[in-house]
Amino acid sequence: MSNSIKLTLNIWRQANRHAKGRFETYQPKDLSTDMSILEMLDSLNDEMIAAGKEPITFEHDCREGICGTCGIMINGMAHGPDRGTTTCQLYLRRFKDGDTLVLEPWRAKAFPVIKDLLVDRSAFDRIQMAGGYISVNVGNAPEANSILIPKDVALEAFDAAVCIGCGACVAACKNASAMLFVSAKVGHLSLMPQGHPERHDRALNMIAQMDAEGFGSCTNTLECSAACPKEISPKWIQRLNGEYIQAATVTRR
Amino acid sequence: MILDPRTPSGPLDQRWAKAKEEMRLVGPINRRKFKVIIVGTGLAGASAAASLGQQGYDVHCFTFHDSPRRAHSIAAQGGINAAKNYQNDGDSTWRLFYDTIKGGDFRARESNVYRLAQNSANIIDQCVAQGVPFAREYGGTLANRTFGGVLVSRTFYARGQTGQQLLLGAYSSLMREVHEQRVKLYTRHEMHDLIVKDGVAQGIVTRNLMTGEVEAHTAHAVLLCTGGYTNVYYLSTTAMASNVSATWRAYKRGAYFGNPCYVQIHPTCIPVSGHYQSKLTLMSESLRNVGRIWVPRTPGDKRHPNDIPEAERIYFLEERYPTYSNMVPRDVASRNCKEYCDKGHGVGASGDSVYLDFREAIAKEGEPTIRSKYGNLFDMYHKIMGEDPYKQPMKIYPGPHYVMGGLWVDYHLMSNIPGLFVLGEANFSDHGANRLGASALMQGLSDGYFVAPYTVSNYLANKMNTQPLSASDDVCKEAIDNTRNLIDRFLKAKGNQSSESFHRRLGKILFDKVGISRTKQGLQEAITEIQALREDFWNNVRVPGDASYVNQELEKAGRIIDFIEFGELMARDALHREESCGGHFRAEHQIDGEAKRDDDNFAYAAAWQFNGLDKEPTVHKDELKFESVKLTQRSYK
Ligand SMILES: Cc1cc2nc3c(=O)[nH]c(=O)nc-3n(C[C@H](O)[C@H](O)[C@H](O)COP(=O)(O)OP(=O)(O)OC[C@H]3O[C@@H](n4cnc5c(N)ncnc54)[C@H](O)[C@@H]3O)c2cc1C
Ligand code: SF4
Ligand code: FES
Repeated sequence: MSNSIKLTLNIWRQANRHAKGRFETYQPKDLSTDMSILEMLDSLNDEMIAAGKEPITFEHDCREGICGTCGIMINGMAHGPDRGTTTCQLYLRRFKDGDTLVLEPWRAKAFPVIKDLLVDRSAFDRIQMAGGYISVNVGNAPEANSILIPKDVALEAFDAAVCIGCGACVAACKNASAMLFVSAKVGHLSLMPQGHPERHDRALNMIAQMDAEGFGSCTNTLECSAACPKEISPKWIQRLNGEYIQAATVTRR
Repeated sequence: MILDPRTPSGPLDQRWAKAKEEMRLVGPINRRKFKVIIVGTGLAGASAAASLGQQGYDVHCFTFHDSPRRAHSIAAQGGINAAKNYQNDGDSTWRLFYDTIKGGDFRARESNVYRLAQNSANIIDQCVAQGVPFAREYGGTLANRTFGGVLVSRTFYARGQTGQQLLLGAYSSLMREVHEQRVKLYTRHEMHDLIVKDGVAQGIVTRNLMTGEVEAHTAHAVLLCTGGYTNVYYLSTTAMASNVSATWRAYKRGAYFGNPCYVQIHPTCIPVSGHYQSKLTLMSESLRNVGRIWVPRTPGDKRHPNDIPEAERIYFLEERYPTYSNMVPRDVASRNCKEYCDKGHGVGASGDSVYLDFREAIAKEGEPTIRSKYGNLFDMYHKIMGEDPYKQPMKIYPGPHYVMGGLWVDYHLMSNIPGLFVLGEANFSDHGANRLGASALMQGLSDGYFVAPYTVSNYLANKMNTQPLSASDDVCKEAIDNTRNLIDRFLKAKGNQSSESFHRRLGKILFDKVGISRTKQGLQEAITEIQALREDFWNNVRVPGDASYVNQELEKAGRIIDFIEFGELMARDALHREESCGGHFRAEHQIDGEAKRDDDNFAYAAAWQFNGLDKEPTVHKDELKFESVKLTQRSYK
């Protein structure tokens, strides 16, 4: 096979939340450069099952970069070396024959490891619950075109709204801060006129929940944005800071 | 048994209003006394949970995903239809209704489809109010694009990520209800069984995927919003964990399965590159707005596509269907692609692909415009294929994408088991034998926001002063044991093959024999092969680990054995339907290469009843009456 490739994998194995993890080394057979990283793990798992060993646990679903389920550290980089790419979209043609890849789970206090490469990201759901919505009941909505939104505003809000909730920003940050994730949601909703009535509470409540979950604080190293598969810009963090100061100084309650 | 679809009578455009007026209500102070279980948090489940939560019911919502936002709806790309007629191009509720029922090759219920078209406009209002950032024009109004099978622009979109934006809207509404403690959310919980007592659905059995705990949850009503089963083909455009288990296990408890053989094979997927490939990636139908489909005129022409001159290309859809050209419905496009590949014109390594070419559109509209509308799709293609579609045509290939079949439901979206409602792709109701693009998102949200809130309330109103079944009732124990026994059987299997390897084999049988084109002989072979595969599975599968903690192989094994059992029913349904309609193409029944329906004998939805795994199921007929439209041979020429 002309597109075959040989790789050595050092993969983090951890039996459960409390177990002490360790790296194990694997040399999977029959790899092709047209395989994605996850297909490589599928194939290794098939080999391990046939040999009576315990396969590697890793999370994934859509395998096209949109659901936000996949995500591992590849050689110390969240989602691997390519910009704007999720783990599931990373193909082995990106690597050289004979390379060694180190595969680890996201590491952050607020994302505890559950098993092998699988982590618990439910903290993101709780942040969303704290205010990542517009309070409109079904049946209350006005005619859609009665709310005019300039094209550039809609496009800008969309740029923030594409966040897939993968957590790479947290994993890439030395402080394990969730500011990029939070700022994307706050930014999207506060730019849209529909989101204005609740913008102050939203910013305050989501940030309070982020802190309560044990995410670190932001020191502007911008590693988050570099790792983000949707290339969410760090400008949203600046906007969030502005939003927060405004909210904290306006005494509405 | 005669199935009662409970469709209201009277003029088509007044049926839903009349039905709503006649429905019973539950007063606000009593709603909290009713417990409702919702399985699934895709567009259908999240919208239903948010709506019923807002009304004040005690809603319990389950998903096997780690977060409701991961549901497969997130991956929908192209858009959502609504009869707003913002483009002033002749659209109306009637026209959306007519396009949908014709697109479905006259195999859906008029009343359901009309209601869907009526609800469509409200869906857009609701989503905009939630902050969904739809594409807009310079004046600030909403923008539209065109999808296949229609002659108007009625599709609303958010670049190539419409499903993501709609789901995040529904998810945010759901999370607000969770915050308000009106909805209790159970993530990483997989439904394994339906609890039925006295012929009424009363709860579910779940396995907590983190702790392995198997438990019964009971309620006054159960809503399955568990998505479609396209993943039965292994290689499909759906997410890896999409499955049939919830609906299949409900079928084994007596719910009828509607039209299991109606599957949509989508013409524009990225081709398969090797045996290790785990899924297909869709290239949205919206690309056919700007892309032209062609193959080389000379079979086996190996030149680079950019070196093949105009005169040596066949733009076969444009030639054969001048009115709709590249925008014919998916089933028609897929069959034509296959036909040309079978004749040797196919391109790509295995000769099973055709070109989708953007050269003209890029020259006319400029690369930046194309990038702003379709950039993410082009990037996705580039990453997977390692070829730049701005510079050379895409290679595309037909792949299983959507299922019109699902559990049988009446006009209230209730199955034949009282108390069991089925919403979204999991039911069979609105798309007949073929779904038009951008109509699934519409249906999921219509079911969840605007239908179930009425019909579920109506059902609950009759249950006043009743308690949910006790979780220690014998039927709950029996259902829990049933689940535990199956888990034990997996763990005790002594083979050495992964369950995934059986899934691949199943997919191949189905794609070859229950795929784009089907024959009597092929279907009979498929049934025998699938039965043999099921036996082989139990003899040779290995499910490592145990059931007391996270065990992904155990999760997969359960989903795959259900697919194997279900695949046989698909083939049986396809075998029994001696006609061609929409996505179901029986090679024996065609005129000039187009599907030939048999309205005298098959104008019904087939609802299958389970009689035991090794016994033939019974088919019940839900006769379709067409009072408002005339049945015609579908033509897109
Ligand atoms: C790639 C792609 C693109 C598409 N693009 C479009 C488009 O542009 N326009 C359009 O209209 N349609 C599109 N579709 C179709 C559309 O996305 C789906 O039909 C629709 O989103 C299904 O929504 P749903 O709510 O019914 O199910 P899903 O979104 O599939 O949700 C299913 C839910 O059920 C849960 N679940 C399932 N089984 C269980 C169980 N046993 N226990 C617990 N939970 C369970 C899952 O966790 C999930 O939450 C597309 C489909 C694909 C594959
Ligand atoms: S901001 Fe980027 S990296 Fe962070 S969760 Fe969203 S998509 Fe992932
Ligand atoms: S698996 Fe969905 S983003 Fe990677």
